[in-house]
Amino acid sequence: MDKRNLRVPKTIKLFIGGEFPRTESGRSFPAYEHGTQKVFAHLCRASRKDFRNAVTAALSARAEWERRSAYNRAQIIYRMAEMTEGHREEMVSVMEKVGGVSARDAHLAVDEVIDAFVYYAGFADKFSQLSGCVNPVSGPHHAFTTPEPVGCVAMIFDDDDGAVTALPTVIATMASIIASGNVVTMLLPGAVAPLLAPLAEIFATSDLPKGVVNLLTGHRSELLEHFASHMEVQSISYVGSDNTVREKLKTLGAENMKRVVCFESKDGAQNGDINIGLERIASFVEFKTVWHPIGH
Amino acid sequence: MKMTNKRAQKRASAKASTTNVSKFAPAKAVAGGKSAVKFEYAPSLESTDIVQIEKRNRLFIGGKFVEPTSGRYFPTINPATGERLAEVAEANEKDVDLAVKTARQAYEQIWSKMSGKERGRYLFRIARLIQERARELAVLETMDNGKPIRESRDIDVPLVAAHFFYHAGWADKLEYAFPGQSIAPLGVVGQVIPWNFPLLMAAWKIAPALACGNTVVLKPAETTSLSALLLAQIFQDAGLPEGVVNIVTGAGATGAALVNHPDINKVAFTGSTEVGKIIARAVAGTKKRLTLELGGKSAHIIFEDAALDQALEGVINGIYFNQGHVCCAGSRLLLEESIANDFVEKLKKRIAQLRVGNPLDKNTDIGAINSEAELKKIGKLIQLGKDEGGEFFEPKCALPEKGYFQRPCFFSNVSSSFTLSRVEIFGPVLAVSTFRTAQEAVVKANDTPYGLAAGVWSEKGAKIHKVAGQLKAGVVWANTYNKFDPSAPFGGYNESGWGREGGRHGLSAYLDVRGK
Repeated sequence: MDKRNLRVPKTIKLFIGGEFPRTESGRSFPAYEHGTQKVFAHLCRASRKDFRNAVTAALSARAEWERRSAYNRAQIIYRMAEMTEGHREEMVSVMEKVGGVSARDAHLAVDEVIDAFVYYAGFADKFSQLSGCVNPVSGPHHAFTTPEPVGCVAMIFDDDDGAVTALPTVIATMASIIASGNVVTMLLPGAVAPLLAPLAEIFATSDLPKGVVNLLTGHRSELLEHFASHMEVQSISYVGSDNTVREKLKTLGAENMKRVVCFESKDGAQNGDINIGLERIASFVEFKTVWHPIGH
Repeated sequence: MKMTNKRAQKRASAKASTTNVSKFAPAKAVAGGKSAVKFEYAPSLESTDIVQIEKRNRLFIGGKFVEPTSGRYFPTINPATGERLAEVAEANEKDVDLAVKTARQAYEQIWSKMSGKERGRYLFRIARLIQERARELAVLETMDNGKPIRESRDIDVPLVAAHFFYHAGWADKLEYAFPGQSIAPLGVVGQVIPWNFPLLMAAWKIAPALACGNTVVLKPAETTSLSALLLAQIFQDAGLPEGVVNIVTGAGATGAALVNHPDINKVAFTGSTEVGKIIARAVAGTKKRLTLELGGKSAHIIFEDAALDQALEGVINGIYFNQGHVCCAGSRLLLEESIANDFVEKLKKRIAQLRVGNPLDKNTDIGAINSEAELKKIGKLIQLGKDEGGEFFEPKCALPEKGYFQRPCFFSNVSSSFTLSRVEIFGPVLAVSTFRTAQEAVVKANDTPYGLAAGVWSEKGAKIHKVAGQLKAGVVWANTYNKFDPSAPFGGYNESGWGREGGRHGLSAYLDVRGK
């Protein structure tokens, strides 16, 4: 073996508040190269504390991201598409090595990721006009209703899908949520977890304010109830079909009346259908009605 | 918060006496110094002759009034006198099951097959019948609930008719409400409503549900069932097909039986956050859809550049409307420090002018608290506020000897940590605190698990828009308060609930909307 190419199996760290910390728990789990026992990399097994830190980071980015103009949010999400192009080879190689995916399919998955970023970039300054309105109230008042971001959204996925399906689903779901000004903390599904490093680099280099997107890897079974019961998380996005997970999220989430939004992965947030896109965005907003008298 | 500047006080009160034209306009003490003149009002009682109350009120199932299977009835009280008005049937699980089965049958055989145009016709007809029997509904509402006749007559009942009229027009236009998407009714909806706006909440629930093609089982609050049952008579008169709306009366157990019934497709609940959470957990493992309108602790922000006399009326309307039994009541008053002392003095004068008493008197501003239990709860929270160190003020007005009454009151020098600032009192009790900057006002306003409504007063448009944008509340009233309209979506952020009622947005609560 050529010594210059000696591979050091690194630990892929978490992405919290724009930084790359190790899990505070010091725990990790291996990701193997496809079909082998060869360690591709160690991934952090995030703890409850890591999740809470990620939510704190998200909440401190909330006001800043909400305040950005829709045009600015659109530009930043579009920038993510551009940065994804730059990380294409790395992502394809990880999907090939760990996911056992053909290069062609891996490239198609990256294409879909880029499509999703571009699609929701273009939506950031449209959904408000599509879903808001002026209300014809009887009386001398101007009353209008506009969508506003719900706040901090915790994102959870099923682990069933391979990287080719899971990666675009994760990105499209996330893009639909941050397009309206929400901040997110997500636990990457198993097939996407080994891609944390290139994904985090995309977010870290797109002018996205630190903390708007936070990425965790770990065991869903041990983090699920913490996601559901955190009192400062306003909403949960669950993409998957496990009824036990749904019930647990809704039951524990009721403590602070979280909006638990469930989609099946086959619903396809990334297919470019405007109605599905709008539905996705509208699932993570609050409608605010403002009244003001008309007179002098 | 003590007034120190006597001249400012004088100026404030003199201004109030000349420009403060209020719709309440009760006995006004003209306070230009010594020569205070007080006008007394003769009682002006609304006649109750128009209302005939049955002694025993049965359940409304399948278009008919039927005995409850248990044969049990419970009393409903006129809270203004403490006297029994009538008896109301107590629906048990069997009755609820019958009501749901009847609603299912009506859904499958009639209502889901009917064209939107035809559904709309029934709703228009109901709206008209409500207008025609408006006075009767208003008087009955006031007798059973205790709210002033001025409010039930001028606010509740007209809004009830407006809600049916507004949603009637949607019934044949739903496909345009969600362009490009496919829509379908949900089926049978179970609706549980509170006692503070018994008829209005019934309208908010029933009108959109029917317009969207669903059938309904409604449970009114146990202390205020009568107006919903009068509405049932109107449904009969309108020829609404049997079983499309069913009304089961009873207390919490009846509501639980409805919420937990396996054959309802959706639950809509308006009430306390505490019960809302129980319901959310109860349906968590089911396919039932759920919308909730829950509690609030809404902030009312007054900037120094507000039109202060108008703001004062807004504050009064915000917290003392309907005895403060309003989920979106402006129960936390946040005053900019520079005007706080003057404003508190104005507030003292103004609430001394409110007339507390017989709700059937057309001059009454504050009627009866809905039940003895609520009165006790309010009393406890007031005592807690005193214990925690709030500065308490209430006018010295006389209260009727019978019935459940509470003087309008407020606490000043309240901090965010007080129970008064955190807990929904649901009574005529206002918590007053101060702020120095707009940013502080927003932070304080948002410092609550609720997020139903907020008020903001300033004559500066740019400031209004900025603050309104930063408030985490589903409804923001700017330079006004407590305005409602069927076309304006209403509902809360965070622990104030899920979903919106009213407007195009309210329709989605009663439809399955999907991308095509």
